[in-house]
Amino acid sequence: MVFMDFEKPIADLYDQLNKLKEMDNQGEMDMQEMVATLEKKIEVERETLYKNLTSWQRVQLSRHPERPYTLDYIERIFTDFIELHGDRNVKDDKAIVAGMAKLDGAPVMIIGHQKGHNTKERQYRNFGMANPEGYRKALRLMRLAEKFNMPVICFIDTPGAYPGLEAEDRGQAEAIARNIYEMSQLKTIILCYIIGEGASGGALGIGVGDRVYMLENTWYTVISPENCSTILWRSWDYKVKAAEALKLTPEHMFEFNLVDGIVSEPLGGAHSDYDAMAAILKKHISTNLKELAKEGHKNMIKRRIEKYRNMGKFRVLES
Amino acid sequence: MSWFKRLKEGIQTTTKNKKETPDGLWYKCKECKEASTMKEFRENFYKCPKCDYHARIGSKEYFSIILNPGYTELFTNIVSEDFLNFVDLKPYKDRLDEAQKKTKLVDALAVATGHIGEFNIPLTIACMDFAFIGGSMGSVVGEKIALAIEYCIKHRTALLIISKSGGARMMESAFSLMQLAKTSAMLTLLSDAGLPYISLMTDPTTGGVTASFAMLGDLNIAEPKALIGFAGPRVIRETIKRDLPAGFQTSESTLENGFLDAIVNRKDLKNTLENMFSMLGVK
Repeated sequence: MVFMDFEKPIADLYDQLNKLKEMDNQGEMDMQEMVATLEKKIEVERETLYKNLTSWQRVQLSRHPERPYTLDYIERIFTDFIELHGDRNVKDDKAIVAGMAKLDGAPVMIIGHQKGHNTKERQYRNFGMANPEGYRKALRLMRLAEKFNMPVICFIDTPGAYPGLEAEDRGQAEAIARNIYEMSQLKTIILCYIIGEGASGGALGIGVGDRVYMLENTWYTVISPENCSTILWRSWDYKVKAAEALKLTPEHMFEFNLVDGIVSEPLGGAHSDYDAMAAILKKHISTNLKELAKEGHKNMIKRRIEKYRNMGKFRVLES
Repeated sequence: MSWFKRLKEGIQTTTKNKKETPDGLWYKCKECKEASTMKEFRENFYKCPKCDYHARIGSKEYFSIILNPGYTELFTNIVSEDFLNFVDLKPYKDRLDEAQKKTKLVDALAVATGHIGEFNIPLTIACMDFAFIGGSMGSVVGEKIALAIEYCIKHRTALLIISKSGGARMMESAFSLMQLAKTSAMLTLLSDAGLPYISLMTDPTTGGVTASFAMLGDLNIAEPKALIGFAGPRVIRETIKRDLPAGFQTSESTLENGFLDAIVNRKDLKNTLENMFSMLGVK
């Protein structure tokens, strides 16, 4: 288990617990009772800790190295997944995975950022930072989904679109802009989940939908706290402050009406129990797809555009 | 007779770098460091008369260059609010007050409607002002673009958006990010209405502005030598850990890479736009 720095008290308790268990296993003493008390204590400790997470701790959890990624969810939620590759122009971007699968027997199109679970994989996935090809692959498959009337489900988890030479030359900005534009008028249901990091245009590039939800330990805003700190405070050291100031947690985003809801995670975060998290998500997705299907296609695009039209806060002066 | 003939342009001594000139009478070019009179500079469409450098200008200047006299500014009553109580080194509220005082502008985008050219083609322009917090896009910029689009649809006018921006306004956090979606979604309505939209990118056009409406024109055009890109040059340099090639992220390279229809000199801007809009037509 990997513990975050703020989980130190829990990590210490786990150490004790392991020692007790070891002693118990060696059969020197019966430790069952103590083990049980300690487990209870961990539970309580964890509950209080997770109830009072700061914005920065949320950011840390969203980047937890053991956090489940798109493919982990696909494996647990859907059946018959067929991965589909390539943007038909340049190449296949490994930072975005996509494909068709079935949910309760019905076909869906899944598109999501993919990070790696170890160093090699992380490099292969470019740390979840997509190039223009990734966004164009996503758009190609969204159009396919539209044609064959499949709902599109997006899983968002990126520290940002890749800021590289080739990415710029091949039109990173255009690719993201095009996706945002096309997604706002795609004639099929789009359901989006922020499952980790929701950084800026890189997230929004596959993040425009009829409903957008955030998992409990995620963040979503215009810039990462680190980059915000470098630009506004002119130093890397204010990321904690920046995370606070940006109000980037799911609770804030929901309060601002910029997302449609929050999906709770198992105690200790999504990484503590993949199966439980996937089960929660699966139920959430099915419910929402059913509701959206009931709302019907007729005014879907109008509603979607209207929703984004209303985002923004400003003052209107009396003229 | 090279004694009397200057072989290289300009005065070659270093004094030119030292000389301070009073504001208002002289224009000193940022690019070639040459001075010209303000009158020459203004008559040359705010370009350096010596090297043709396109100086950064504001919405008022663009409106008067492009639109026929008698245009009206719209939606001037929409102002930014510090609804997040955002404080970095300075409160956002103070930044807004200072910017308003300094620039005499309401926010980083102004909208005007009028006509262009001898055929009086109806045109609405939404133009960004870099002087106002780096031309950053917050809720007000997004709302004014949305209103401009609705105005175009209601009054059947063409749309020109002039971008000049460092990107999204961080002090409005996710609200500024959602302006990418808001403006792009609204552009689909303009397109459905069959009205033409030309995007003009000027120095600089970066970040969330490029990644939304700036790249979504029926035609995308730019002024010469403008910085156009998604990520800022500094961020890219830090990521790839080497120097950027010359001419990277310029109008010229953006055209070569296939993302611009044309590069237009500011002196030809009005004619070119009139020509383009007359061909696209306002149905």
